[in-house]
Amino acid sequence: MSTPQQSTAPAADVIAERISRFLQERTKTAWAPDADLFASGGVSSLFAMELVVFLEEAFDIEIAGRDLRLDNFRTIQVMTGLVQRLRESEADDRD
Amino acid sequence: MSEEGKAHRLLVLGAGVMGVGIATLGIGFGVPVTLVDVDRAKLDHARRRVRRELKLARLMGALPEGAAPGELVTTVSVEEAAEATVVIEAVTELAEVKAAALAKVSGLVAPGTPVVSNTSSIPIDELAGSVARPEDLIGTHFMNPPYLIPMVEVIRGRRTGAAVEATLASVLARLGRTSLVVADRPGFVTSRVLHPMINDAIRVVREGTAPPETVDALFEGCLGHRTGPLRTADLIGLDNLADSLRVLHERTGDAGCVPDQLLLDKVRAGHLGRKTGRGFYDYGGNPS
Repeated sequence: MSTPQQSTAPAADVIAERISRFLQERTKTAWAPDADLFASGGVSSLFAMELVVFLEEAFDIEIAGRDLRLDNFRTIQVMTGLVQRLRESEADDRD
Repeated sequence: MSEEGKAHRLLVLGAGVMGVGIATLGIGFGVPVTLVDVDRAKLDHARRRVRRELKLARLMGALPEGAAPGELVTTVSVEEAAEATVVIEAVTELAEVKAAALAKVSGLVAPGTPVVSNTSSIPIDELAGSVARPEDLIGTHFMNPPYLIPMVEVIRGRRTGAAVEATLASVLARLGRTSLVVADRPGFVTSRVLHPMINDAIRVVREGTAPPETVDALFEGCLGHRTGPLRTADLIGLDNLADSLRVLHERTGDAGCVPDQLLLDKVRAGHLGRKTGRGFYDYGGNPS
């Protein structure tokens, strides 16, 4: 039997897919899971803030303190890991 | 105690884009800030925006590590100015609106307190007649966003005193900014050169020579500009850019400063750049 916490935590592929869709919509470009968004020819660093707001709202998390680093938003893979970690720690906080 | 070590309280007048940005800079560097606006709803919104912009500043590594943020007070009462050690006026870029705000606040602060008008183009001496002590009035031209751009253009008016100029320099240093002082002419250095150039870039787009993406890519790729002219326009705010161009045109007679029709059309349509989510570029409808 699943607990409510497990049923509300999306799986990595669901998170990655949602981030990927957002990026494609906003940048009109398809991004590989390990592509560096901020590398030359990528998105502007100001766009990182749009990513923070999107991730917070879409996955109901708060990104703060040491997690506010550009390196945490470089690739879809890295962002997926960040979302999973914050979702888990918020679930722990509720225990 | 040196000015840099002194406990400051910054009073910011106007909770628009620049007021919020300057408040964010102060708080991020641990200085308490009182943000004043006549509009209570705008202040509530400003509180959320400061929180978001602090995140952006942290994300970009633009704030000192481990510094406790300064306290933010929002109020509709300019009387709070009595406690301030520095006042920065950042209301709408219209000389009469700025003069009225400065007149009120300058009578409330202690003599020797820098009363700063933040403007992209209005000569400081035009405002000096409205304040209690013209020698305490000085200009700044912070770029947007103030916490990401390390340098500030400072404008010494004809009646600005040497003491206030020195105090302001040390306050800006406390906020991690370097500053350069220029003489008091319409648009000073940066706007006098940049704004007519952006106006030309807009004309190039209207005439169909190239779309905004191409114009910006050429400035970035060929000329090494960090941000092309149309993206810069979206950051300035297209209404503010049009206002600044009018100020320049009225005072210099330079026909290149008459706002281009495409700029005016965008302002009329409410597409004011990043702050409304759309200008020359689409920011996904997310004001930022």
